[in-house]
Amino acid sequence: MTFTTVFQNIIKLLAKYWDVFLVKGVSVTLALSAITVVFGAVLGALLALMRRSHLGVIRFLVTAFVEFIRGTPMLLQLYVGYFIVPLLFPALEIGTFASISVALVINSGAYVSEIIRSGIQAVDIGQTEAARSLGLTKGMTMRKVVLPQAVKNILPALGNEFVTIIKETSLASTFFVGDLMTSYLIVKGATYLAFESLIIVGAIYFVLTFSLSKLVGAFERRLKQSD
Amino acid sequence: MTDTVLIETRNLTKSFGGLQVLKGVDIQVHQGEAIAVIGPSGGGKSTFLRCLNLLETPDSGDVIFEGQKINQKGTDVDKYRQKMGMVFQHFNVFPHMTVQQNITLAPVLLKKQTKAEADAKALYLLERIGLLDKKDEYPRKLSGGQKQRLAIVRALAMEPDVMLFDEPTSALDPEMVGEVLSVIRALVEAGMTTVIVTHEMGFAREVSDRILFMADGVIVEQAAPADLLDHPQQPRTQEFLSKVL
Repeated sequence: MTFTTVFQNIIKLLAKYWDVFLVKGVSVTLALSAITVVFGAVLGALLALMRRSHLGVIRFLVTAFVEFIRGTPMLLQLYVGYFIVPLLFPALEIGTFASISVALVINSGAYVSEIIRSGIQAVDIGQTEAARSLGLTKGMTMRKVVLPQAVKNILPALGNEFVTIIKETSLASTFFVGDLMTSYLIVKGATYLAFESLIIVGAIYFVLTFSLSKLVGAFERRLKQSD
Repeated sequence: MTDTVLIETRNLTKSFGGLQVLKGVDIQVHQGEAIAVIGPSGGGKSTFLRCLNLLETPDSGDVIFEGQKINQKGTDVDKYRQKMGMVFQHFNVFPHMTVQQNITLAPVLLKKQTKAEADAKALYLLERIGLLDKKDEYPRKLSGGQKQRLAIVRALAMEPDVMLFDEPTSALDPEMVGEVLSVIRALVEAGMTTVIVTHEMGFAREVSDRILFMADGVIVEQAAPADLLDHPQQPRTQEFLSKVL
């Protein structure tokens, strides 16, 4: 296997299977990532709020949940989602894509809740004290003073979470959901050109994550400027 | 100054961890009175001030504001805080709002004033402290002295019955101390009830009706400025003043 043959094989694979990689694989990976980020952010915000509850029981349960998710492998969680979610809602006839999405969202929600929590904690306590000293309620202080400032800490971290998730969705190929890594499995199965397929998939992943993290970086700099 | 007691504390105590910072503080602040609180760092001055509007919850004792005990369960603390303006050492202006928005936020949100009233009031206050031309700027463009003046009028916009100042000039460059002190002086002269924790002895002597000397969690001595600063009775006060004057 020389460099030239590898290169030629890559060209051949791209010519024949470009739509498997670029259309199907990329779109499913991006869809899976977008679903995970959006719903993960919603779930994360909810969890972060619950961790600030004045009921100790809720705080304990949510913290335990977040620690459990962070402390177990994502692949394991995907398996659990794959087997459990359809059992929980048999009437809905949930497919693999949906079950895996649910597992990804739950995983991401736990991480996002930590992002939001630390973003809120990073806002100077003096801001809260000033707002409360004016007579603002806890809720008003959170909405009008703390959160608008925390968003500047949170948004860039959420962007980075998106980048991470794009890479992590590759684990979903274990269940053949049709993402970019599944494209690799398909093409490898059809052509036995494992190495070449991997290079193609790797390059696409890199382009996706690199350009996205550059975008996040630019966005972060703009947020900093308005400080 | 009138005889009406605006704020009173009775046997106030407060500990952080194992350290008792307040060991039973009793004071009365009369309407229209200007009180300066001086003393060594760690003596409990700031904690005492922050207990008055319950930014710190006292462990025991009473905080009585306008005849109501406010440090008990079921009290709507927010309602009382609206009448107690506070100014902090580190300004704590809101960086994500313009100068004018900093001032109008609380009055509008708490429905004390309509948006139009609050805006008019903000402009009037900014004019008085000479920051009218900065009304649409964000606080990052302001100097320390300007930020602190903004913080003062932000509190004034709520039309409080008392103003609490927690070392308002300690974080300022020396050349900016004067501009902030003159705003406070004008307030006191206009009859605002004021409690100010400060290290500016000259200022305390000049504007206050009474000085409290706090050390080790208690009020060691209190008297009119000339009496306390020139003829301190307690050894602890004498020792402190000999170091700072």
